[in-house]
Amino acid sequence: MEGEAYVRDTEQGERSLLPELDSEGAIDAVISIDHVTKRFGEFVAVDDANFHISRGEFFSMLGPSGCGKTTTLRMIAGFEQPSSGEIRLDGKDVSRVPPYKRHVNTVFQQYALFPHMNVWDNVAFGLRATKVSKPEIVRRVTELLAVVHLADFATRRPGQLSGGQQQRVALARALVNYPSALLLDEPLGALDLKLRQAMQLELKRIQREVGITFVFVTHDQEEALTMSDRIAVMNEGRVVQIGTPQEIYEEPTSEFVAGFIGMANLLAARCEGSDGEFRIARIGDQAVKVASNGLAIGDEVTLMVRPERAHLRTSAPPMDLAGVSAEVVDLVFQGPIVRFDLRSPDGTPLVAHVGPGSDLPLLRPGDQVWMCWEPSAGRLLPRSTQGFPRPDVLEY
Amino acid sequence: MTSIVGKGSEKRDLASGTVTSPMGRVGKATINGLAFLALVYLFLPIFVIVMFSFNNPRGKFNAVWQEFTFDNWLHPFSDTALTDALVLSLEIALIASVIATVLGTFLAIALVRYRFRGGAGVNFFLVLPLTTPEIVLGASLLMLFLEPHLVLLNQDFTLGFTTILLAHIMFCVSYVALTVKARIRGFDWTLEDAAMDLGARPARTFMKVTLPLIAPGIMAAFLLSFALSIDDFIITYFVSGPDITTFPVRIFGQSRTATPPQINVLATLILISSVSVMVLVTWFGQRRKRRLGNV
Ligand SMILES: Nc1ncnc2c1ncn2[C@@H]1O[C@H](COP(=O)(O)OP(=O)(O)O)[C@@H](O)[C@H]1O
Ligand SMILES: [Mg+2]
Repeated sequence: MEGEAYVRDTEQGERSLLPELDSEGAIDAVISIDHVTKRFGEFVAVDDANFHISRGEFFSMLGPSGCGKTTTLRMIAGFEQPSSGEIRLDGKDVSRVPPYKRHVNTVFQQYALFPHMNVWDNVAFGLRATKVSKPEIVRRVTELLAVVHLADFATRRPGQLSGGQQQRVALARALVNYPSALLLDEPLGALDLKLRQAMQLELKRIQREVGITFVFVTHDQEEALTMSDRIAVMNEGRVVQIGTPQEIYEEPTSEFVAGFIGMANLLAARCEGSDGEFRIARIGDQAVKVASNGLAIGDEVTLMVRPERAHLRTSAPPMDLAGVSAEVVDLVFQGPIVRFDLRSPDGTPLVAHVGPGSDLPLLRPGDQVWMCWEPSAGRLLPRSTQGFPRPDVLEY
Repeated sequence: MTSIVGKGSEKRDLASGTVTSPMGRVGKATINGLAFLALVYLFLPIFVIVMFSFNNPRGKFNAVWQEFTFDNWLHPFSDTALTDALVLSLEIALIASVIATVLGTFLAIALVRYRFRGGAGVNFFLVLPLTTPEIVLGASLLMLFLEPHLVLLNQDFTLGFTTILLAHIMFCVSYVALTVKARIRGFDWTLEDAAMDLGARPARTFMKVTLPLIAPGIMAAFLLSFALSIDDFIITYFVSGPDITTFPVRIFGQSRTATPPQINVLATLILISSVSVMVLVTWFGQRRKRRLGNV
C-alpha cells in the first residue's frame, strides 16, 4: 500500500483511489464520502457527493441555504442513511451504523445543550454514556472546560449563559470524546457579527490545540475562506468544487463558484484563438488576452476578473493589458478602497476596487473609462446555461 | 347595574391616572364584592362537607346540624364497608394511573415525534372516550365484559376489580396521551440527536434526556388520571358488580339507607390530600422554572 497515490477529486465523476490508513499518517482520510446520494422521495438533496476529508484538516462545506450541507453532515453523523453510496470513517463503512456507535461528534446549529444539566454534566454526558472511568471523566471535562475558557462556569445551567458561552459548552461537549472528526453545522449562525468574528478565531485556536479534524458547514463564504484548509462548494445538492480557499477564490471552475465566493466581474465572451500561453477572448468588439485553461477555441465562455485585480484608465489600455470600456455608474468610498460601479456598453454591470495611490483624475457618474487588468488576472469559465449571478446582486 | 357603573369609573380612573377617586373606590369594591360572592358560591358546598364532618347526627343521615364533635375524626375508618371502598378506589386509581401514564406517554411521544401510517386514526380513537357520553361507555363496557366469548377465553371477567381497572385504564390512557401530547408539542427533539451523537443508546437517551425534560407533563397527566379515576362514578357503576365497589359508587349506594359522617371525614381527607399535592406541584414547577431559566 506504501506509495499509493492519494488522488483528490479535482474533477467530477472521477472515481478516486481510496487512501489506505497509513501508520506513518502520510495519507490519511478520516472521512470518505464515496459517491453518496440522498433522496427524500423524488427530491435529490445530495447528488453523488464524492470526496475525502484528511486527518487534522479544517474542512468546510459551503453553499447557499438548501444545497444539502446539513443533509451531508447528518449522513456523516448517522442521522440519515445515504440512498446510495458509502460513507467511511477511519476506513470502515459506517453507512448502516447508528449515530451512537460512530466516532464523530456534532455541534448543532442551535447547540442543543441539555437544559436540565449544568455545564459540567453537559460536557461529561458523552463520557458517562460511553462508560469512561470516573477519574478520567474528571480529568477530561476539566481539560475541555479549560480549552474553551469556561472553567468557572461548571455549575451554571445553559439557561444562565450567553450565546457565546453556550457555543463553547457545545464545543467542549462534542470534543470530550476525542472524536475522529468534529462536525459543526453553522455553529456561528446564531451569534451577532462581533461575537461571530471572535468565535471564528477561537474555533481555529481550539482546532489547532486539540488537533481534531473539523468539518464545518456554513453559507458564509467569508467565514469559509477565513477558517478553512479546504472548502467544498455545494450547489443544489452537488459538490461543484473542492480546493483550498486560494484555489477556490483564484481558480473557480464555474460561474457559480466565481460568483458565490467573493465578488466577480463576469463577462460573456467567446474563445477566439491562442497567443503563446494565452487565449484570445472576444468581448463584444474587443479582443483580450486571458490565461489559458483548456477551453476549446470557438466555445462560448465567461471571463472572470476579480474587482481588486481591475483598475481604471481614462484611455485605451496598451497591448499588454486587457480591458473593456465602461461607463461610471456610481462610486462609493469604502475606506481602504473606492468601489466603482460600472456598466459595459452591452449593459453588463461591473465593479472595480481602486486602492490608494491611483493617479486617476476625479471621476463622476457618467464618465467613460476603461476597466483594465493583467491578462494573467482573467479567468475563462465554461458558460453556464442558467445565466450567471450578477455582481450587483451579490452581497459583500 | 352597579357593576356597570363600577366598570365605567374604573376606565376613567385609568385615563386620568387617579386611583383614589370615590367612584373608583366604589367600582373596585363592587368588583371585589362580586368576586367574593363567586368564591362563596364555589366553596360553600365544600365548606358544608367539611363542617358536617364535625357533626354528631341523630339517626342514620348526616343532613341536619346537631352538635359539634371530634368523634368522627377520632374514628374515621369505623365504617368498614366505606373504608374498603376507599382503599379499593385508591388501589384502582394508582394502578390504573401508572399503567395509563406509561402507555399514554409512549403513545403521545409516538404521535408527536414520528409520522406514521394510522397516526390520524390513533388520534381519533384517543378523543373518542372523551367525547362519548360516559353512560354509553359504561353500558358498552358492561356488555363487552359479559360477552360469553371472553369468558370462554379463560379470562376472569366476572365483574369486580379487574373490570373496574380495565375500564379506568381505558379512559385514563386517552387523557394521559392528550395531556402529554399537548405538553411536549414544543419539545426540541434535536436534544435526542445530541444525546445519541454523544454515544448514548436510545434507552439511555430516553432516561437521561427525554424523560427528565418531559417529566412535568407526565406528572400532570398522572395526577389528572389519578383524579379522574378516584372520581369516576358512571362507568364504574356499570362495571363494578355486586361484591366490590369504589368509594363514589359505595356512597351513592349507601345514601338511600344511611350517610354516616365518616363519608364527610374521608371526603375532607381526600380534599386535603389533593390540595397539598397541588401546592407541591406548583412549588416544584416554580422552582424548576427558576432553575432551567427559559425552558
Ligand atoms: N427530512 C427531509 N425530508 C424532506 N426533505 C428534506 C429533509 N431534510 C432536508 N430536506 C431538503 O433537502 C434540501 C437540503 O437541505 P439541507 O441539507 O438542510 O440544506 P442546507 O443545510 O444546505 O441549508 C432542502 O431542500 C430540504 O428541504
Ligand atoms: Mg443547514
